[in-house]
Amino acid sequence: MRPVSSLVAAVVLAAAVTACAPATPQTVTITIRYSAFDPAEFSVPAGVPITFVLVNADPIDHEWLIGDEGFHEGHRTGTHPAHGDVPTEVTVPALATVETTITFDEPGTIDYICHLPGHEAYGMVGTLTVEG
Amino acid sequence: MRRPLLSLAVAATAILVTAAPTLACGGLIGPNGAVNLLRTTTFAGYHDGVEHYVTSFEFAGGGGAFGSITPLPDIPSDVERGGDWTLQRLIRETDPVDRLFFAREAALSADGAGEAEVLLETTIDALDITILRGGGDEVGLWAKNHGFRLPPDAPEVLDFYADRSPIFMAAAFDADAAAERGQAVGDGTPVHLTIPTDNPWVPLRILGLGKSAAETVEADVYLLTDERPALLPNAGAFGEGEGLILDHSAAATDSLLADLRSDAGMEWVPAHAWLTKVVVDVTADRLDFDLAIDASGAGAPSPIDAGFAPFGPDPVPRAPVALYLLLAGAMIVAVPLLFERAANPTGGRPLAGA
Repeated sequence: MRPVSSLVAAVVLAAAVTACAPATPQTVTITIRYSAFDPAEFSVPAGVPITFVLVNADPIDHEWLIGDEGFHEGHRTGTHPAHGDVPTEVTVPALATVETTITFDEPGTIDYICHLPGHEAYGMVGTLTVEG
Repeated sequence: MRRPLLSLAVAATAILVTAAPTLACGGLIGPNGAVNLLRTTTFAGYHDGVEHYVTSFEFAGGGGAFGSITPLPDIPSDVERGGDWTLQRLIRETDPVDRLFFAREAALSADGAGEAEVLLETTIDALDITILRGGGDEVGLWAKNHGFRLPPDAPEVLDFYADRSPIFMAAAFDADAAAERGQAVGDGTPVHLTIPTDNPWVPLRILGLGKSAAETVEADVYLLTDERPALLPNAGAFGEGEGLILDHSAAATDSLLADLRSDAGMEWVPAHAWLTKVVVDVTADRLDFDLAIDASGAGAPSPIDAGFAPFGPDPVPRAPVALYLLLAGAMIVAVPLLFERAANPTGGRPLAGA
């Protein structure tokens, strides 16, 4: 029954395409005002591209660096003049908006921190939960 | 009518300025963490509607550039080199010699929206002075674009002041230029601002800029007013709990006034005045107020000038709630008795047992 087999093939193909299609990207806006992240806690799904819109409403520069503790420890003593080439390391100039897109593959909790001197101690720390 | 009183002094806060490009990570303080602006000392007097503000920047050696941003109550009509001995003479007036010898050095470490409008620029010795007008964001952006490395609390603090007065003084101190000029460690550069204003106040919160919460802010504030001023917070009363100590309050001596008047630019010093010295000694996290002054004799310093409204709690001493409750209770008892007396004018209720 040729028509039936064609239909089955089409259904299987459609399912395969659906399974392989990239997840719908999501957008999260993080505002920085008075040297604080807002929101400072939120969740995103694993495996989905997340576009972070980083809005710096302060007249001073900030950073948005996201990663595990080893990553942050390295940046606490780092000497990079600026960030921008790596999606997880972003410099947000004063009164500017910067976007970066990251896909988190593994569930877990990671922090985003501004590592400009004194900023982390002042409270520029946020926590992102990646849900499986 | 509000008398021309006297006001104010400000110890400016040092904000690290750097000639080097900003580093995204790592230490931004100068070589070896040295901060070479030891201390700024300030005096201001208010007479005939004009504030005379004198501050000094001490050279502490080292290299690089440092600076400060000071909120001002209004636009200065003049900025010039200050007199040579005004600040020293005031200190000698209020501090015994032994205290001077052991005086602590309050190291003022510290380390637009378009840019703020530049109202005035001048250079005094190794200091580049700029008077700015703008909101917090505008002043902050101007500072950033001119090499000031503002600490993370700066955006909020600048807004705190700009909401009341959009006038700021930025002072960039070039230590290399100071050394080239032959300035020795400890040499000060006095700056005298003439500020016509009817609203003097002393910015104190700015002194905590860039400090961690537990760091202590120490400063001396000298006021010279026509009358004994009323202060808010009330230094010397509940103010000591606020970190303000009324260290000196007395009619200025004739010798002091004569000495001050003989210094450069100090001809304005009146024949009679009241000298007040307030010592600030408080941790940075508690310094969320300024010093409001009313020397008119009305005794009503402005809560807004003190930075309490609309930004903070009511600075007025706690209302005597217990007393109010007691009075209310007394009224509850007394009113029925009064009605009863009115209804029975021949006499009161006989006392029990009478």
